[in-house]
Amino acid sequence: MEFFKIKKDIPFMKNALVFNAISFVTFALAVFFLFSKGLHLSVEFTGGTLMEVSYSQPADLNKVRATVGTLGFSEVQVQNFGTARDVMIRLPAQKGVSSAQQSEKVLTALKADNADVTLRRTEFVGPQVGDELAHDGLKALAFVVVGIVLYLAIRFEWKFAVSAIIANLHDVVIILGFFAFFQWEFSLAVLAAVLAVLGYSVNESVVIFDRIRENFRRFRKMSTVEVIDNAITSTISRTIITHGCTQIMVLSMLLFGGETLHYFAMALTIGICFGIYSSVFVAAAIAMWLGIQREDLIKPLKKDNDPSDENAGAVV
Amino acid sequence: MNRYPVWKYAIIVIALLLGVVYTLPNFFGEAPAVQVSSGKATIKVDTGTLQKVEDALKAASVVPQSVALENGSIRARFGSTDEQLKAKDAVQKALIPDAADPQFVVALNLVSRSPEWLGALHAAPMYLGLDLRGGVHFMLQVDMQAALTQRVESLTGDLRSLLREKDIRHGGISRNGQTVEIRLRDAQQLEATKRVLSAQFPDLQTQDAADGAEFRLTVSNKPEAARKVQEQALKQNITTLHNRINELGVAEPVIQQQGLDRIVVQLPGVQDTAKAKDILGRTATLEVRMVDESTEARAAEQGGIVPFGAERYLEREGRPLIVKKQVVLTGDNLTDAQPGFDNQTQEPVVNLTLDAKGARIFKDVTRENVGKRMAILLFEKGKGEVVTAPVIRSEIGGGRVQISGRMTTAEANDTALLLRAGSLAAPMEIIEERTIGPSLGAENIAKGFNSVTWGFLVIVAFMCLYYAMFGLVSGIALAVNLLFLVAILSMLQATLTLPGMAAMALALGMAIDSNVLINERVREELRNGASPQAAIHAGYDRAWATIFDSNITTLIAGVALLAFGSGPVRGFAVVHCIGILTSMFSAVFFSRGLVNLWYGSKKKLKSVSIGTVWRPEGSSVKAD
Repeated sequence: MEFFKIKKDIPFMKNALVFNAISFVTFALAVFFLFSKGLHLSVEFTGGTLMEVSYSQPADLNKVRATVGTLGFSEVQVQNFGTARDVMIRLPAQKGVSSAQQSEKVLTALKADNADVTLRRTEFVGPQVGDELAHDGLKALAFVVVGIVLYLAIRFEWKFAVSAIIANLHDVVIILGFFAFFQWEFSLAVLAAVLAVLGYSVNESVVIFDRIRENFRRFRKMSTVEVIDNAITSTISRTIITHGCTQIMVLSMLLFGGETLHYFAMALTIGICFGIYSSVFVAAAIAMWLGIQREDLIKPLKKDNDPSDENAGAVV
Repeated sequence: MNRYPVWKYAIIVIALLLGVVYTLPNFFGEAPAVQVSSGKATIKVDTGTLQKVEDALKAASVVPQSVALENGSIRARFGSTDEQLKAKDAVQKALIPDAADPQFVVALNLVSRSPEWLGALHAAPMYLGLDLRGGVHFMLQVDMQAALTQRVESLTGDLRSLLREKDIRHGGISRNGQTVEIRLRDAQQLEATKRVLSAQFPDLQTQDAADGAEFRLTVSNKPEAARKVQEQALKQNITTLHNRINELGVAEPVIQQQGLDRIVVQLPGVQDTAKAKDILGRTATLEVRMVDESTEARAAEQGGIVPFGAERYLEREGRPLIVKKQVVLTGDNLTDAQPGFDNQTQEPVVNLTLDAKGARIFKDVTRENVGKRMAILLFEKGKGEVVTAPVIRSEIGGGRVQISGRMTTAEANDTALLLRAGSLAAPMEIIEERTIGPSLGAENIAKGFNSVTWGFLVIVAFMCLYYAMFGLVSGIALAVNLLFLVAILSMLQATLTLPGMAAMALALGMAIDSNVLINERVREELRNGASPQAAIHAGYDRAWATIFDSNITTLIAGVALLAFGSGPVRGFAVVHCIGILTSMFSAVFFSRGLVNLWYGSKKKLKSVSIGTVWRPEGSSVKAD
């Protein structure tokens, strides 16, 4: 089987401007929604109490809402979770109340109303923890960005490092944009997915950059644009197959993983789709705008320093 | 050219063997068990206890599959939950005659059904997180400011009495935040104060300032002393929590320090959060009272009527003691209790430190009661117990009390611990709480398992279709990757959570990337007209640099998550990082080994089975 029967190099870079314009518009939209709608942060970040209760019969949400409402909480969210019998209740953090008791109060009230309710899960997070998590998340993001830029700058060249990180941060912003637009719940698991995507789609750029470097070395007469086109064309089959395989896994999580993994898998799906796009079209294009050339990658002094030989010691 | 030396195959075989052995325990499942552990610091579970448990089971005619003593607890395994419950009742009856005073914790637990030889190799199933097995998770924040304030408060009193003792006149001592301010009239007094302070309190630092005609001396704890106070407060809180949680009868509680001022408590299997919270938040109190040594009291000890104004309490050994109702001192006046040795006799002692008020009272009481006994009682849940009841030898001043006599070092340690555990060193607050029902845990396991299985199967099927023989090799490499991942997680006993299972699925989805890279490269070499052997060689070699680079960038993200993540993110990151490392081994080193084994020995290899190698000329060559 072969899906990719490509006869000639596809002139990706000829249309670089169009691709960049598309990315820019998507990016701008994502930023717009992030600011206008904001992220729907989970209890982990905002602090508060989350309860999951289950009834033996489909639950009457209005009744549950009314029962919880009588306890005097403001801004209570009650919604179905997974099935009609499972209900999720979200209570905001209350200042001054040692809110570890909140869940107990609510459960007692619900039990008084309908005895067959069972508590499946509660989660209480104090406001100070939420703040910390948000900070830690930002720190982790900064660490990843700096680490990847440094590594790529050492292994390749700063122009590649910069273009790879721009392309992939653009993915991250777009994922966040989706979460803001659809008001999907942004939890810690989603944050983990976002960071994993960041590392994963840099992969993609690395594969293409690797090819660009190799092509510079092999085809001395090709122009930079041709080299990039050839590199993308010859890696496109692996790009699509790899991402397809990863997506199979993610799809499996989306189908079988249940509610808990739903948004995690969602973030990964968006990340994978835009990851292909951004590393193929955006990263290479930015590298081209930044003016990469043969001399950047092939240091005249270390002529026979082939990177594939450098590590070949491990493989005989 | 595509041959592995024997040692490389040896590495592969050894790695596979290890992988299989350490993965194996996960397949045996878990058996219901009863676990007996010590309920008190002073009680040890030993072979004697083991004998008692065995006898109790025999008497109740319950036949356990195995009974073993390991790591200070006894675990008896049973065939069914019915037997388990019956056994628990029997053991509880035998070991805990008085339910109000449990010496042992008898709890229901699940233990691995894996055979003993695996246990001997320390091969255990993966450690499941609370979201997979159900239970309660608390994060408690210790109020360190309160601990420090409390310490400075008692210091204020100490300084006041010290200056009085040394006849230094001052214009007032007061606490100001975390410091103590002493007002002094002239430079001479100031010098004297500083001299006394540096001699008596090496942990303090002072700073003086002129304030009009007077001087103001600001005394505070040195940073390292303050740190020590905080460390001790935390350690003491953890000890106290341990003692309390023992009462809940949880088989494997986790009580850990997190950061500088936080404690994480995890109680697997516990559903009753209300009770757990009640027990965690309870305070114990310590009281010092005089022992009633009248003849009536003596008679009461033997079982007579307790005289008016006195009460009967039990000593730890179980002997009754009649103690007066009047309280001499409370735990508030006790600032520290440490085990130690007597300077002269070298026998084990417990050293108590009292604050200024306590010292003053203690001095008066001991002066009036030389030769009599005093009792130190610990009250918890409204129930009192005599920790120790020493005889007063002489008047004790200065707030430093030594309890000595007929103690072993272990007893001295335990007594000091109990005295300190009398009250929490600093107040705590629950800042995070998670409860997961047991059914939800089982559902989560099924969800994670299904995600991994289906994703894995579809990928392997696709690879086999698309890359034929090489696809099969990739599929086997992926299976080996999963094997290693599970083996390493079991070996490290890292906590597996639902996000961890998601990371496992994702790791497999990403690991296939390396094989796709290699296979595509081999195809490309074939397309460019290389001979099959050369194509395999070049394909693996050229792909390696790319695989290495791309895995490093993914690893950077994984490490960041590990470093800054907490809770669910950490569970994800651990599996993610391990998955990347194992994938480098299985996808490159192991799959190459398989390919070498299959093709490497064939000298005149005409074609390799890697699916269609399409050539742009239009002449598609099926390379089978």
